[in-house]
Amino acid sequence: MSSWDRFVETFFNAKVMAKYLPDIAYGMVITVELAALVIVTGLAAGLALALLRSLGFRPVNLLIVFVVDLFRALPPLVIIVFIYFGLPTLDLSPSGFISTWLSLALVLMAFSEEIFWAGITSIAKGQWEAARSTGLSYGQTLIHVVLPQALRLTIPPLTNRTIAITKGTALGSVVAVSEILGMASSAVSNSYNPSPLTLAAAAYLLLFFPMVVMGRWLETRMRWKR
Amino acid sequence: MLQTFFNLEIIGAAWKILLAGLGNTILLSVVVVPLGLFGGLILSLLAGVRNPWVRYPLMAWVDFFRAFPPLVLLIFLFAGSPFAGFEMSGFTCVCIAFFLNTGAYYGEILRAGIESIPQGQIDAARSTGLGRLQTMLYVVLPQGVRNVLPDLLSNTLEVVKLTSLGSVVAMPELLFQARQAQSLTYNPTPIVLAALVYFVMLWPLVRLLSRLENRALAQR
Repeated sequence: MSSWDRFVETFFNAKVMAKYLPDIAYGMVITVELAALVIVTGLAAGLALALLRSLGFRPVNLLIVFVVDLFRALPPLVIIVFIYFGLPTLDLSPSGFISTWLSLALVLMAFSEEIFWAGITSIAKGQWEAARSTGLSYGQTLIHVVLPQALRLTIPPLTNRTIAITKGTALGSVVAVSEILGMASSAVSNSYNPSPLTLAAAAYLLLFFPMVVMGRWLETRMRWKR
Repeated sequence: MLQTFFNLEIIGAAWKILLAGLGNTILLSVVVVPLGLFGGLILSLLAGVRNPWVRYPLMAWVDFFRAFPPLVLLIFLFAGSPFAGFEMSGFTCVCIAFFLNTGAYYGEILRAGIESIPQGQIDAARSTGLGRLQTMLYVVLPQGVRNVLPDLLSNTLEVVKLTSLGSVVAMPELLFQARQAQSLTYNPTPIVLAALVYFVMLWPLVRLLSRLENRALAQR
């Protein structure tokens, strides 16, 4: 057997791949579920915090800034490990899935709050004053004047950041979530062949490559049409 | 509550283990940040080449490694290399994975920096007799890097945080050491302590970044 054949036999073993394809597909479903949950809750929480911050209660704002800083400074894996291994001593036993979801959502919340807030503050004060003086209420000004402009500005950085954080779903494998990487790792130790990892790599690319390309496209588009 | 999450006795027993981990985290960062910057510099310089045979493969390369979760890359190298007939240490795997992954991110940032310099400056520099390389080194890069400094810093923060992945391939860095201490003592205090160390270490950078970013977006 030539060394090339051996390489293919090792990393692209069709038999092993066929056997574990359903597992990896199942892992993909879990990854997509986890990613969707993280994105929706993380972004919603981030926007909510940014709006709360725009009300301008000083103690509340200090607290928000602290929480945001905290989750920007801590590595996501540290948060996951803390929730998964640390909370059970309080008789709460979050599953790996919940731990990963909660951790990544908190991280995304922090980063997106920061971006949403920067977007809101980038709208000139004169626009607020003009809108308010035409008789719009605070909420109306926010919804009809400020947010439409602010959100547009935030889309490119937000997309890139969201992708980067969503990729963190792979960290779930450390706390036994049966997402793609977790399924692939156990398949490797069961079959003693690394082909499932190749399959997992392909699965990740299938999910994230289009997102990265879309992020790049958004970035150029928004830059031109500003 | 305090007994569980901030047990002084356990801190007394575990701080040496964590300190060793912190040392390794810093050491690892000192190695992988320049490595990623170097990879990014190569990519960003190549991005100036107009030849489509360089341009599109390069773009695919960058997007490929931006789409690939770093942990997957790391596990692939770590678990896959023995099957290919050579065993790599966790450290080697981390270095390669970071070079590829963070290099792609740094490359994109540096490319944006280089592109932010108007063509006129390059023409002017070239017409005064500077070579291509000299123009790049003395005119374009110093200004380009300054223009994207917040992004570079922000990515560096992410890279330092990412060194915690080393724990998965048994690198004895801060998180790994904390988990060792936690499983020895059956108490989450070491993890809380590790989180605290990360926070204290990285908070100043986060503060600086959020000021820089707010200013950048407000100026538009």
